Amino acid sequence: MKILLKLNSVIGLVLSIVPPVLFFFGKMEMSPMKLWMGIGMLAWMVTAPFWINKKGNNEQSSMDNFQ
Amino acid sequence: MSNRFFKKIVGGTNEYERTPVPAESLKSGKSFLGMYAGEHTAGTEFVIGPLFVAHGVTASDLILGLIIGNLLAVLSWGLITGPIATSKRLTLYYQLERIAGKYVVRWYNLVNALMFCFLAGSMIAVSATAVGIPFDLEMPTLTDWLPRTPGWIVTVLVMGAVITLVAIQGYNQVSKFANIMSPWMILIFFAAAIVGLAQLGVGSLESLVTIAQEVIWNGVPMAGMSKFTIWHIIFFAWFCNMAMHIGMSDLTILRYAKSWKYGFYTFVGVYLGHFVAWIASGILYAVFLQANTGSQEFAPGQIAYQTLGIAGAVCVVIAGWTTANPTIYRAGLALQGIFLKVPTWKITAIVGGITSLAACFPALVMKLLDFVALYGLLLMPMGAVIFADFYFSKKMGFQSEGALSSNSNFSIPAFLSWVLTLAFCLGLNFIYGVEIFFLGLPGWFVAVAIFVALSRINYPLVKSPAL
Repeated sequence: MKILLKLNSVIGLVLSIVPPVLFFFGKMEMSPMKLWMGIGMLAWMVTAPFWINKKGNNEQSSMDNFQ
Repeated sequence: MSNRFFKKIVGGTNEYERTPVPAESLKSGKSFLGMYAGEHTAGTEFVIGPLFVAHGVTASDLILGLIIGNLLAVLSWGLITGPIATSKRLTLYYQLERIAGKYVVRWYNLVNALMFCFLAGSMIAVSATAVGIPFDLEMPTLTDWLPRTPGWIVTVLVMGAVITLVAIQGYNQVSKFANIMSPWMILIFFAAAIVGLAQLGVGSLESLVTIAQEVIWNGVPMAGMSKFTIWHIIFFAWFCNMAMHIGMSDLTILRYAKSWKYGFYTFVGVYLGHFVAWIASGILYAVFLQANTGSQEFAPGQIAYQTLGIAGAVCVVIAGWTTANPTIYRAGLALQGIFLKVPTWKITAIVGGITSLAACFPALVMKLLDFVALYGLLLMPMGAVIFADFYFSKKMGFQSEGALSSNSNFSIPAFLSWVLTLAFCLGLNFIYGVEIFFLGLPGWFVAVAIFVALSRINYPLVKSPAL
C-alpha cells in the first residue's frame, strides 16, 4: 500500500515538472499544461501526507522535535 | 526566509531549555541537509523576486549579487553561528539570558514578537492575493500603502481569523504539512522559471541572455521604485536572514549539530530558495508585466495563477499560510516569555488579531525588502553581543556571561550595545542617507566594540590572589 502511495506521489511530482518542460519545447499547449500540473498537485497532496513524516524513522521524528 | 523560525523556538522551549544538548541527542549531517533543503522556500520568495524586478536591477547584477550574497550568508552561518552553537550547545534565549540578563531578554522577546506579527501579516496579504482570484478581488499595486477596497479587508481578516484559529490549536500539523509540501513547492518554482522563460520567447542560450538582460531584469526601476545595484543584491541576500546567522537565532538549531561545520549545510536551502526561487518569481513577474503592459498591480497570487494555473495560485496560498501560521504561533511564544500568567491561547489570539489588522495594509508586502532588512537589523546587536562574549571575554579582560557571573537580571553593556548600535544605524540612515540594507555590517562592528568596552568596565576579570 505504501509503495502505491509513494508511486502516486512521485507521479504527482513528475506531473508538476514534466508538462512545463514539454511546454517549453513546444510539445504541449498552455491549458493542458496547467491542467496536468493541477492534477499533479492533487496527486501529491492526497498521497504524500500518508508516508512523509510517517515512515517511522527516528531521524525524521527527532528532527521534528529539534526544529 | 523560512517557516522554521517558530519551530526552533518551540523546540527550544520543549527540550534542553536551560541545559546543553547532550551528546546522545546530537543529529547527523544528513538530517541538517534534509531540513535546510526545503526551509528557505516560503511565501516571501513570491514577493522578493518580483520586487528585485520592480527595483530595476540588471540581470548580471542579480546573478552575481545573489551568488556572492548567498555565499556570505552561508559563511556567516558556518563560521560565526556554527562554532558557538556547537561549543555552548544552548538555546539563543538561555545564552542571551546568561550574558544580558532576564530583563533584556524580555525586551528582545517583545521586539521579536512585533517583527513576527508584521512578517505574518505580509504573508496573509500574499495569500489573500491568491484567495481573492475567484472573487475577482481588486489587487493592490506597487505604491499602495492602504487597502484599496472593503473586499480586500474582509478577505484578509477572514484569512487572518482562520490562520489564528489554527495557530491556537498548536503548530504540529501545520509544521508537518509545510514539510510535506516543501518538495512540491520547490518544483513549482522550477516550473515557474521554465514556463515563464518559454512565454517570454526563450528558445536558446543566446535568447535567454538577451531576454534576461532586456526584458526581465532590464535595469529600469518601475514608477515610484528606487534603483537597485549589485550592492543591494549582495547585502540583501547576505542579511535577509541576518537575525538567524550573525543575529544568532540559529544557535537553537545548530546546538544539535555533531560538527560545527554543519552551519555550511545552509547552502542547500539558501541556493534553492534565495537563488532559484527568487529568479523564478522574478521571471513570473516579468511575464505578468509583459501581458499587462504598464500595470502597477502587485499580486503574487494573480501572477502565479496567470502562468501556472491553479497549481501556481495554490502554491502561493500554501507558501503564505505555512509561513504566517507558525510565525503567529512563534510571536505568541515570544510574548508569553513576558506575560507569563496569560494563557497561550489568549496571547496567540491577540497576536493573530494584531497580525490580521497589519495584513490589511499592502505596504507590508510592497515594502517587504525594507521590512526584512529592518527585522534583521533590530535583532543583530544581540548576536554581536554573544559573539563578543564568546571570543573576546578572556582576550579583552572581562568576565564571560556577565549577567550570570554577577547574578544580575540586567546587563548594562548588553543593553547599551543594543540601543546605541541601533541609534548609530539610525544616525547613518538619517544623517548620511545610508540605506537600511547596508546598515547591518557597520552596526555589527559597533555593537561588538561597545559591548567589549562596557564589559571591561562593568565586568572586569577578577585576578586571583597570588599564592
